[in-house]
Amino acid sequence: MSTAAQFQIDADRTTADEPRRAAVRKALGNYQIARGRTESAFASWPHARDAAAAIKYEGVNHLDRYLREFEEKFTARGGRVFWASNGAQARDYILRLARERGVKSIVKSKAMTSEEIHLNDALEKDGYQVVESDLGEFIQQLKHEAPYHFVFPCMHLKREEISALFQQELGSAKTDSPEELTMIARRALRRHYLDAGMGITGGNFIVAETGMISITENEGNARLATALPRIHVALVGIEKIVPRLADLALLLPMLATAGTGQQLTCYNSMYGGPRQPGDIDGPEEFHVVLLDNHRTRLLADAEQRDALHCIRCGACLNVCPIFKNIGGHAYGTTYQGPIGSVITPHFRGLQDWKHLSGASSLCGACTEACPVKIDIHHHLLQNRRNAVAEKKVWWERWLWAGFRQLMKRPWAYQIAVRLAPIGQVFHHLVLGTSLDPVRPWTKTRDFPEAAPQSFHDWWRDRKVVRK
Amino acid sequence: MSRAAQESSSQGDREAILARIGEALREEAPRHYETPEKPASKGVTAPFREWLPPVGKTRKDQVALFARQSETLRTEFRECTSVLAAAKHLTALAKELEWKTVALHTGELTTAVAGKLPKDLGTLMVDGGYEKAALEACDASLTECEAIIAQTGSVCVTARSSGGRALSVLPPHHVVIARKAQLVPDLSAAFELLAQKYPGDYPGFISFITGPSRTGDIERILVLGAHGPKKLTVLLVP
Repeated sequence: MSTAAQFQIDADRTTADEPRRAAVRKALGNYQIARGRTESAFASWPHARDAAAAIKYEGVNHLDRYLREFEEKFTARGGRVFWASNGAQARDYILRLARERGVKSIVKSKAMTSEEIHLNDALEKDGYQVVESDLGEFIQQLKHEAPYHFVFPCMHLKREEISALFQQELGSAKTDSPEELTMIARRALRRHYLDAGMGITGGNFIVAETGMISITENEGNARLATALPRIHVALVGIEKIVPRLADLALLLPMLATAGTGQQLTCYNSMYGGPRQPGDIDGPEEFHVVLLDNHRTRLLADAEQRDALHCIRCGACLNVCPIFKNIGGHAYGTTYQGPIGSVITPHFRGLQDWKHLSGASSLCGACTEACPVKIDIHHHLLQNRRNAVAEKKVWWERWLWAGFRQLMKRPWAYQIAVRLAPIGQVFHHLVLGTSLDPVRPWTKTRDFPEAAPQSFHDWWRDRKVVRK
Repeated sequence: MSRAAQESSSQGDREAILARIGEALREEAPRHYETPEKPASKGVTAPFREWLPPVGKTRKDQVALFARQSETLRTEFRECTSVLAAAKHLTALAKELEWKTVALHTGELTTAVAGKLPKDLGTLMVDGGYEKAALEACDASLTECEAIIAQTGSVCVTARSSGGRALSVLPPHHVVIARKAQLVPDLSAAFELLAQKYPGDYPGFISFITGPSRTGDIERILVLGAHGPKKLTVLLVP
């Protein structure tokens, strides 16, 4: 089945799940309130957005220079950098590293790049125990399900479902308290931090000036996964670059505000190498895997290059009327919502993923919510345009050619207008059956009735009266 | 394998990726933003201050803001009149919460406080290294910090100033002891301070801790103590 057909089926199913939609809407309503409150505390949020966009523009548009600077600073402090063109190269490097160092178990903190390249599957296939430590990701891992939202992975689940899952998978007692459920996960994960030989994380920012990876989190799981295991691997997309450490003074509060409505996320940590001489603890080795995986393809599209400014706050999902109704899983992508619909065609093929650009009301709420001013909804339009320019659809071409012929000839148009009410009589006979030529429309909507009088006729009659 | 081939396999596709980037950047991208009045390129001199939430002018305002933020974040914040008073408060906490062992690192303030704690309270000094399981079993940790930040109610710790990476996150209650002079208005000021204190040689680990560990992953309901400390106490001494 084509990706577009699968999307139709999944979107139909998830849209019909009204209780789930109501829960998601409620959660996102709370987000809006928290975000509004935090945003209004800024002396000037609009200026802050401009400044944040300028920082990311500077970084992304001098990506080669800043990546080289990062590499130089980071390796000078004992870190290792691996450049991966695609998922296979990144997976092979991490697998080889785990094998050569005799690692048995691996603890992970949330990394969308790892979802993107299906790292867990590869590691598990080779016999490693891989444990997701972010609470939401841990729940999704137990459920064998992809994240629902790239910031709130299990926002679609109710506490009863999580309790049932924990009872089944962890043998815990039944509870409907989110606090108790969190404590069950805390206890279950503690020993993994102590036992793991490798900690794998993503990265929110790559700081060129000081050679650091900055990681933002609320739970403390990334801090534990980078403090205790012998090896730390950070798998980071190349576009995460920022020029200066001090840029984070703006970007960290903005990420928190747009992401969750917090003033600052609980832990914002900058890692500049493995354990340094004189340090008490920390990993012996720190490897950064810089992942391209078609990001350079998006970089080459100057018109849409700003999509690489994305700091993955998830704000565009939270405000999107489409996301609110179809939910995260229907997209079938690593990155859901409007930003996912923009970038996935570049990462995984325009023709296979162009349907996502159609799944938009173009209301522009995403663009307005974006803290780094990505022109999201216009990029959706550009994807539609590019998809048609690249591969024309034969029946659309015929349809438009016919329409043009009709509109160029007033007499033909007049005939068509007079035939419309007659045609509609016949349409009623097949309405709702497989013979209906406009079935995709009439399946979910009423087909408008032809007016009893055309505009032309009305105009002519009106003039007669005036005489 | 030749040395060059080894080098390239350990670096991966470096040259190919850099070449693709160079090629991609030949066309200039449109800008979707207004150039901010004061460009960000001014360096570490806090160029963002005028757009972020205001912090108040005087030190007193900023201490009050830190106290307000702490309350929102559910950090226990206490101004102590002396190191001795801080030690007394800590002793009371230890008794109330039935602590058996506190982990800490050597430092001007931590050592001074540790000397005044009751003798029956066990201590684990992490300076010379530690057993992970032993640190995990501690009831609390006591650390110093680089700075505390008024705007966000954060504590800035580093590997060098705060007993490494794990001490401030593994035990379930983290106690920070800071001098009043360590209060800075915002993150920009904290980065400036770090740049001055460690010119060209930053610690390998810097973290801004903003309240006790938390999660909202289950139905977006706030729960404290997801994986890191369930409690955070900040004691401010003159």
